[in-house]
Amino acid sequence: MRQIIYFIKKFRYFLLFIVLEILAFIVIVQDHSYHQSKFVNSANAITGGVYNKVNSVSAFFHLKKDNQLLSEENARLKNLLEARANKFVLDSFTVIDTSQYFQKYDYSTAKIINNNFTKRNNFLTINKGTKHGLTPDLGVINSKGIIGVIKNVSSNYASVLSILNTNSKINVRLKNSNHFGTLVWDGKDYNITQIIDIPRQAVVKTGDTIITGGKSAIFPEGIAVGVVKDFKYEQNKYQIINIVLFNDMSAIGEVQIVKNLHKDEQIILEQSVVNE
Amino acid sequence: MNNLAVNNAVRFIGLLFLQVLILNYVNIFGHINPMVYIVWVFLYPVRKARSLFLILSFLLGISIDFFSDSGGVNAFAITFIAYFRLPILMAVLKKSDLDYGQFNLKTLSANKIILFISILTVIHHFIVFSLEYFSFSEFLNIISNTVLTSIFTIMISFLGITLFAKKK
Repeated sequence: MRQIIYFIKKFRYFLLFIVLEILAFIVIVQDHSYHQSKFVNSANAITGGVYNKVNSVSAFFHLKKDNQLLSEENARLKNLLEARANKFVLDSFTVIDTSQYFQKYDYSTAKIINNNFTKRNNFLTINKGTKHGLTPDLGVINSKGIIGVIKNVSSNYASVLSILNTNSKINVRLKNSNHFGTLVWDGKDYNITQIIDIPRQAVVKTGDTIITGGKSAIFPEGIAVGVVKDFKYEQNKYQIINIVLFNDMSAIGEVQIVKNLHKDEQIILEQSVVNE
Repeated sequence: MNNLAVNNAVRFIGLLFLQVLILNYVNIFGHINPMVYIVWVFLYPVRKARSLFLILSFLLGISIDFFSDSGGVNAFAITFIAYFRLPILMAVLKKSDLDYGQFNLKTLSANKIILFISILTVIHHFIVFSLEYFSFSEFLNIISNTVLTSIFTIMISFLGITLFAKKK
């Protein structure tokens, strides 16, 4: 017993070092496994609060650009409405059949208060949390395209797994041909992401538009992602397809959160099929 | 002693906010963000009792991790260089024993300061980027990031240390 105490006393500095390093390593390993909710993240009251304060000043300088984006989106949505109105103008009467209306997606707004895009694994922080009905695994988009998926939520803030992250894998497809692939990022340029797992039958051309596929339970189908910049077709399959994002990931402010109201239903159904 | 504690507290908070609010966003050449918060390890007074220093370094690292969503990467790296600070300092000074109470980094010659902070910075950055990329196939990326970021970290830390040295 005495020897143990002597040993601990003699090496206590080294033991403290080892304990701290093991602690840090546990946090790192937890962080690298995506489905385990992690403890060290910026979605807590202190870091969120600091970022919020700083952002309230810096947001002032983006007001002009934000307004322009809003009015552009308004114009686009008005055009959509007009196109829709013309289609039904010949109807001589209206029947409101509520069973034909159902809402699948619910949108709410939030603001990015911390944006990273230069690291290998990037996270964003937004100023909404469980108080505003957010849960993990909701999609985050803005008027130009997709941004990421919510990973951790606290009562007032949430951290978002950016599409610029090793762990981000989002189902996308070619707009004109329904061939699905997966959006990943190689960590080099924050404007350029890659698509893998596209079947070799797909015809890809430079300039093709890429949209979300709707096979996942997170994003609705048809949200813009980017256009094909270049690609390499070797050994009978697509090796690399580079995508230029519509979004400038270095300058994003206002975002929308997409909540899939049918998500549980879809997941339970899919699981029951797997279990059988 | 009291003065020293206040000094360290101010330095801790100052470096933390300098790092997470300014230096994480400078993006030199598009993607280089110097990690100057490790100046904490260079400037913390050298004492015989080192446990507090180790714990405080760990806390600074984990605080940086909280802000930048990087898991425990910075905590791991800064604790590592905090532990090996004294042996490296001895090696740089080519001494086997130090006068603990009197020692001050700012009294050293510029060459030795640069050598000392360069060794610690490169070790720290190499650990940070290795853990961040977490894969052998990205070895070249890890090395290039380590070298480029180290250059800026060393420059800024050295300028900071020498500029604030003659204040008293």
